[in-house]
Amino acid sequence: MTTTTTKNRIDSLFQRKPNEILTIYFTAGFPKLEDTRRILIELSDAGTDLIEIGMPFSDPVADGETIQYSNKVALDNGMSIRQLFEQLEGVRNEEGNIKQTPIVLMGYLNPVLQFGIEDFCKKCKEIGIDGLILPDLPLFEYETEYKSVFEKYGLHIIFLVTPQTSEERIKKIDELSNGFLYMVSSNSTTGNTSNKNSELSEMQSDYFNKIKSLNLKNPTQIGFGISDKKSFKQATSYSNGAIIGSAFIRHLESGKTVKEFVESVTSK
Amino acid sequence: MKYQTENNKETILRSKIADNRGYYGQFGGAYIPEMLYPNIEEIEKAYYALQDDDEFKKEFEYLLKDYVGRPTPLYFAKRLSEKYGAKVYLKREDLNHTGAHKVNNTVGQVLLAKKLGKNKIVAETGAGQHGVATATVCALMGMECIVFMGEIDIERQQPNVARMKMLGAEVRPALSGSKTLKDATNEAMRYWINNPVDTHYIIGSVVGPHPYPEMVAWFQSVISEEMRNQLTEKEGTPNPDYVIACVGGGSNAAGAFYHYIDEKNVQLIAAEAAGMGISSGQTAATIACGTLGVLHGSKTLLMQTQDGQVIEPYSISAGLDYPGIGALHAYLADSKRAKFYAITDEQAMKAGQELALLEGIIPAIESAHALAALNNLKEEDADFDEKVVIINLSGRGDKDLSTYSKYL
Repeated sequence: MTTTTTKNRIDSLFQRKPNEILTIYFTAGFPKLEDTRRILIELSDAGTDLIEIGMPFSDPVADGETIQYSNKVALDNGMSIRQLFEQLEGVRNEEGNIKQTPIVLMGYLNPVLQFGIEDFCKKCKEIGIDGLILPDLPLFEYETEYKSVFEKYGLHIIFLVTPQTSEERIKKIDELSNGFLYMVSSNSTTGNTSNKNSELSEMQSDYFNKIKSLNLKNPTQIGFGISDKKSFKQATSYSNGAIIGSAFIRHLESGKTVKEFVESVTSK
Repeated sequence: MKYQTENNKETILRSKIADNRGYYGQFGGAYIPEMLYPNIEEIEKAYYALQDDDEFKKEFEYLLKDYVGRPTPLYFAKRLSEKYGAKVYLKREDLNHTGAHKVNNTVGQVLLAKKLGKNKIVAETGAGQHGVATATVCALMGMECIVFMGEIDIERQQPNVARMKMLGAEVRPALSGSKTLKDATNEAMRYWINNPVDTHYIIGSVVGPHPYPEMVAWFQSVISEEMRNQLTEKEGTPNPDYVIACVGGGSNAAGAFYHYIDEKNVQLIAAEAAGMGISSGQTAATIACGTLGVLHGSKTLLMQTQDGQVIEPYSISAGLDYPGIGALHAYLADSKRAKFYAITDEQAMKAGQELALLEGIIPAIESAHALAALNNLKEEDADFDEKVVIINLSGRGDKDLSTYSKYL
């Protein structure tokens, strides 16, 4: 029996702050190869509650144009999982918020497989990674092949649910997930801005309310299409938190500071 | 074969070669983001139901016969046989409507799409053959058709782009990544994620998440079904000594091998594209050079870096340069059921010209890879003179004339 000495930071976060959790995604190695650690620390110090670091992949099928672009730039910069682990070494010993801010790694399965599942999880634990989002990892394979390894290294696994996911399947996904549940706001790739005025449709609020009514064991966060203070506030009225990705990538591309972005969302 | 057992109704409604989760040995599965789960689940159910659906079978067979022009001939290639010693038959998939085997699958899938109540089709294409076959059946069924094609391929394959447009399809350039087939596939999947309700995605090969590899193989299995009947007429036995097919993703090979997989006396021979050679770095020989990975929803052998980034493969043939390979073929290679030869550009081009001169048939460069494997067999089989060989001539070479004329 292995005992986890420290509680997972994701769980502590949701206990401490059940509402308006701000999660921000960025791609490792973007815009410059060496930016990863700086952006992580700046996000954390600016008050981001949870940080999702994207591991770039050559074929990100679930992502829209913005994150495809950041993936490509990162890979052209020479980014890899090996590099990422080197860049993050000792980051939990830095001054400031980064000691407690939960960090989740998000990426497609293939690069993780090539690194080696056990080696990958071991490295995550060493660095202080709290959870994983692997959108193309199927539930069955997770249960039969990966679950025991992730658990051994204290890593939470966060699965996605969408407006098309059946109630029965949502319950199953909730049962297998830990940390939080990732509610995809609409059936789309990331960064879909078809909803120009960032208003939620009736269908979306029905879906969010349905999930709320299921009394799931995990807290929920809404992602995809959340871009600013307004959409963040709206989303978090239905969930414990919301995730911003593409909008932050575009902000980085424009050369403005990390702090400016976080404050534009969190300001009163 | 197992699915024909009378008293085992259950297996009829299940996968035929793969297990119920779509695995061929360790290869296959459905590694898809949650956004695609309902679509894949819906297709899986509908596909299993089709296997018992007489109305579907009737319509499928009717279209294959009167529209596609099946059965395609099994032609005894006399002068080619004299040259190589063995009796060589050509399965003339090049004589199908649209000029290749691809249409067998698009006819089947468009009927499935109709059953699912979809009114829009999305597809990916590399050289444009699958795109043309998809645009064709969409015109036939009055369905809207969007074909994603890498920006670079659009430039290289203008005649097929023009054909798709004349057939009423919208050709959208895939601008991401390396702007070729794998990126067109990514774009088609993204389109499907964003339009899950009204759109069916017609994958062109035995790749992608389960049940696509099973379904595409099943629609293509008409090839080996006909081979068996036709060879029985000519040789008194359904079984040749060798069946040869080229493999990129592997749909024509899946169709040609399908009814022979359980016939252990039939040697399955696959020709993959070595490009400039398997050690040159300019190759698409996935069995020779690939490693296990996950791409486009399937766990299979892939051309990739040590970091798990997918590499753009190279072949002179635009239809063979997919960075992965159908999970069925990865399994057939791994279990040694099929033997894979890596055929270089030069060997393929020579074999293509040879067929033109000996038999008056200009093969697609893809199919020329299968023809070239005759040299390997002749070299390795001391009794080759006594053997019967079927080569699946998957497509005609009109589309490749400019490449041939530059090369020869």
